[in-house]
Amino acid sequence: MKKYETGVITSIKEISAGIIDMSVKASMTSLCLPGQFVMIYPNDKSTLLPRPISICEIDKAKEELRFVFRIVGKGTAEFSTMKAGDTVRLLGPAGNGFPFDRAEGKNAVLIGGGIGVPPILELSKQVKAKKVSTLLGYRNNDLFLKDDFDKYSDVYIATEDGSVGTKGNVLDCLKSQDIPCDVIMACGPMPMLRAIKAFAEERGIEAYISLEERMACGVGACLGCVCKTTNKDHHSHVNNARVCTEGPVFEAREVEI
Amino acid sequence: MNTSVKLCGVEFKNPVTTASGTFGSGMEYGEFVDLNRLGAVTTKGVASVAWPGNPTVRVTEVYGGMLNAIGLQNPGIDVFCQRDIPFLKQYDTKIIVNVCGKTVEEYLKVVERLASEPVDMLEINVSCPNVKEGAIAFGQDAKALENITSEIKKIAKQPVIMKLSPNVTRIADMAKAAQAGGADAISLINTITGMKIDINRRKFVLANKTGGMSGPAIKPVAVRMVYEASHAVDIPVIGMGGIQNAEDAIEFMMAGATMVAVGAANFMNPMATIEVVEGIEKWMQKNNVSDINEIIGCVE
Repeated sequence: MKKYETGVITSIKEISAGIIDMSVKASMTSLCLPGQFVMIYPNDKSTLLPRPISICEIDKAKEELRFVFRIVGKGTAEFSTMKAGDTVRLLGPAGNGFPFDRAEGKNAVLIGGGIGVPPILELSKQVKAKKVSTLLGYRNNDLFLKDDFDKYSDVYIATEDGSVGTKGNVLDCLKSQDIPCDVIMACGPMPMLRAIKAFAEERGIEAYISLEERMACGVGACLGCVCKTTNKDHHSHVNNARVCTEGPVFEAREVEI
Repeated sequence: MNTSVKLCGVEFKNPVTTASGTFGSGMEYGEFVDLNRLGAVTTKGVASVAWPGNPTVRVTEVYGGMLNAIGLQNPGIDVFCQRDIPFLKQYDTKIIVNVCGKTVEEYLKVVERLASEPVDMLEINVSCPNVKEGAIAFGQDAKALENITSEIKKIAKQPVIMKLSPNVTRIADMAKAAQAGGADAISLINTITGMKIDINRRKFVLANKTGGMSGPAIKPVAVRMVYEASHAVDIPVIGMGGIQNAEDAIEFMMAGATMVAVGAANFMNPMATIEVVEGIEKWMQKNNVSDINEIIGCVE
């Protein structure tokens, strides 16, 4: 079930260069799962399409959703100028979310890379596994959200410039640290997801990856945001699943990326 | 107050439908929108067999609108008849099925298959700018348009709407060609072919290079074309192109449209269709218009 509603911004701040941390009071909060996203509508009338923003944290008691996003274009730039108390139109929750029950009794490895870090936070809170290890990949020592993760699991860091943790990417970190790994859940840039898919297939382990694609409607009607799948998709039966509806999280073996 | 309109013998409770491709078969938007409130649902184009559509990127925003190059991804007519028609039959709204194809034969297969289905009208998509073969080739050549229209009319059991492309020199000629081929109605405009370049990457944004532009920025072009087309023919016109609210819808009706379709606005506001329906009623009350039919083509 999705809701289209007007939410109220309860706090908003820039937590790192170009990274905005925004909390919104919205009744849809009780319906949300880790890995799902919300379509947020800009007010500027020349910027018409809603922006898919992943959910970083779900606070059911306060009925608040936390979004941490990067300013990448006109829509996110507009959101970044909003103030606490401002209202914003929302549609959600959208997408399927991470199948966190698949980690039960297993050694789960959660991976976030760059602006793919935020959706992993709520997942790290809700996932129930034998052991949870979280790997976060950053460009440099600007480790936004890292402190939030420390409360919920063992956290490992990889940085491209080697300033913190393992020098290299999250897979370099996973291999070098000898982290127990039966199932992976990940969100991040496409090269990272491709590497995780290859790694998981080589080792014969389950991996769930969250994909990104340009969207228009966010509800599965426009067929703008598809990805190639190995099996016939549910909607059109043409091996093109909708990232907004059947995704954004897919079993890595099911998608061709 | 009468908001109902009649088109080719079919009565619609109000003049508002959806523009093909922006509303699926209503299933997805049905979570927010009471489909019973709509005059009709016009479905996403369906072909004789499943089409995979174009590679991504398929959609991108532009100033005041968007470009799309979906490429008519659809499950084919069999799945459509089994799944989408029974879904829509649960609602008190009319069903307009948009039909696409690459050859005349493919269009005819779909039209023939739909003959025994409980759908109210057919809208023939001869104007999609995003598929390489067929489709728009029929919509940009008056003779080809007349031919395909008459072939379809020979076997169609439901009234036939020909959906016209704006990517032509004289829209009136295309409207006349559709009428000459026996079309029961015409709808316009489909999207306007556009392009967007990512100047940082020096690459086309859309995988298809070009895409169809929709959204409020195209509205004045659409209103002009609806006016020209409706004054060139005697058959009714369904107007669309950038309609966001009731005022836009009324403008199209004054230009000559008997019905209107809400398209890209669904993406920008999932309640857009309902707001147009309710806004028309409010406008009629405020302006003492007792019958919506009074305003069709009233501009002077």
